[in-house]
Amino acid sequence: MRVSLRGLSARHPAATVASVPALKPVTLDIAVGEQIAVIGPSGAGKTTLLHALACALKPAAGSFTLDGVDPWTLPVSQLQKLRGRLFLGPQTPPLPPRQRVITAVLAGRLPRQSLFASLRSLIYPTGIAEAEAALTRFDLAHKLWDRVDRLSGGERQRVGLARVLLSSASLWLVDEPLSSLDPARSRLAIDTLTAAAREAGATLVTTLHQVDVATRFPRVLGLRDGELHFDLPAAQVTPERLRELYAQHEHELLGAPADGGDTPPGPPQTPAMYCR
Amino acid sequence: MSHPQATAIAAPQLRDPAWIGRVFWLLAACVLIAPALVVTEFKPWILFEPDALKSTKRFIADFFPPKIDREFMLMVAIECWRTVAIATAGMALAMVIAIPLTLVSTGALSVSALSGRMHTLPLIVRQAVRWLLIVLRSIPELVWALVFVRVVGLGPTAGVLAIALTYGGMLGKVYGEILESDETHSTRTLMRNGAGRLQAFFYGLLPHSAPELTSYTVYRWECAIRSSAVLGFVGAGGLGQQMDNSMKMFQGSEVATMLIVFMLLVALADQVSAWLRKSLA
Repeated sequence: MRVSLRGLSARHPAATVASVPALKPVTLDIAVGEQIAVIGPSGAGKTTLLHALACALKPAAGSFTLDGVDPWTLPVSQLQKLRGRLFLGPQTPPLPPRQRVITAVLAGRLPRQSLFASLRSLIYPTGIAEAEAALTRFDLAHKLWDRVDRLSGGERQRVGLARVLLSSASLWLVDEPLSSLDPARSRLAIDTLTAAAREAGATLVTTLHQVDVATRFPRVLGLRDGELHFDLPAAQVTPERLRELYAQHEHELLGAPADGGDTPPGPPQTPAMYCR
Repeated sequence: MSHPQATAIAAPQLRDPAWIGRVFWLLAACVLIAPALVVTEFKPWILFEPDALKSTKRFIADFFPPKIDREFMLMVAIECWRTVAIATAGMALAMVIAIPLTLVSTGALSVSALSGRMHTLPLIVRQAVRWLLIVLRSIPELVWALVFVRVVGLGPTAGVLAIALTYGGMLGKVYGEILESDETHSTRTLMRNGAGRLQAFFYGLLPHSAPELTSYTVYRWECAIRSSAVLGFVGAGGLGQQMDNSMKMFQGSEVATMLIVFMLLVALADQVSAWLRKSLA
């Protein structure tokens, strides 16, 4: 999916109109099939950018088009249809604790399924093979029939990522996909994500705290204080530029990921999501 | 040498700053409850005056021993079955009323609220449904039963309809509250990714709230059993109607038997609820 931002700024739904927007005017073009990593210290507006791209947040100003269409001029039903072509993977895996992994993964198909088909799948899952294949790519096939609340935080995160493989989205927006994964799993997860996006011909935008992982993406966006600090091919992201980006947040550059301080104040999160 | 920062720090506050508020609200509650006691002529000591004690004793003594002869027990069994049927049919109808209204009125399933504020039309529809639920449940089932006894005649049908309407209103309200108080992260994410309202309900909201919804429904079923006893007094059939007859005939032993049956039914509902909760947890 082709994305174009012209001076787009956004603020949290709860913020007052007079407050400084979490995302200051950004101009940006993303081509079909591009893969982009967004980095920056906590509170830089990474999640806000993703939410704006996912039509989860109405821009405060500026223009925003997806494949040449401004989603916010569409009627609600059309917008909802368009959302079916977007996939937003939040940092906290959005999985009901009592649901089984298979159902949670198959939920990725919902936008392209009729209500009847999705209800039928609750009685006896259709697409077991599909779900199994998706989980295999994240090394989780053995958890297919387990309940979500029996999984560790890292496993949940990977189940959340496996869901994208079943969606038919053409723009994947993934927020901190590695926040509770160990280095080996991180590599597997990011390789799977990028390879699958390439296979599906989808555009991939992911926020990351791991700078070394981000520089393996063809294009890296650096956000700081809600502003686009740089927009460069990975090869040109030099240590100096990173130091500048993370000035006064050096501890985050050194590897200790911040505790999601930049996620908008959403619903209360279950603490169990984080224990491993 | 005085340190500028050290002087700026005040002496540590070792008193709980919130205590005054707690004491205030406690006293305020006492002040508010006093007029209520006056209005309701709350004088518990009259229960223990010799006259009152004597009539209480006579009434209770009449209960023993509970009547258990064969013919009577057969009648109790049939009426008990009828009571359960009234409660169950009433609840089933109430759910038919409540579930669609809940799905319409729940803000957690609002697509337009995904990006900021809910649109005006959905907001109006949700408010209208909420008012409809208020109307349904604010009319006591006893009044509905009196209305229906006149329309459909004496018998269980009136009881079923009365329970269906009032309980439909109650279920709709509480279902909605259970769904709204739930964690909506997964539901909202599904809708943000393009899933429909009902799909998001079945894949996101329901797995979260199923045990709570079930346990509340079973509790309401238990209430419906009790309620059908009261409705029996106005001619809506079931064990309640028999109890009314026995009371009018001063047959304390029959009343005792029927009360025991009610206790067993409530205990059964309790067990079913616990078992369902466990299997859904």
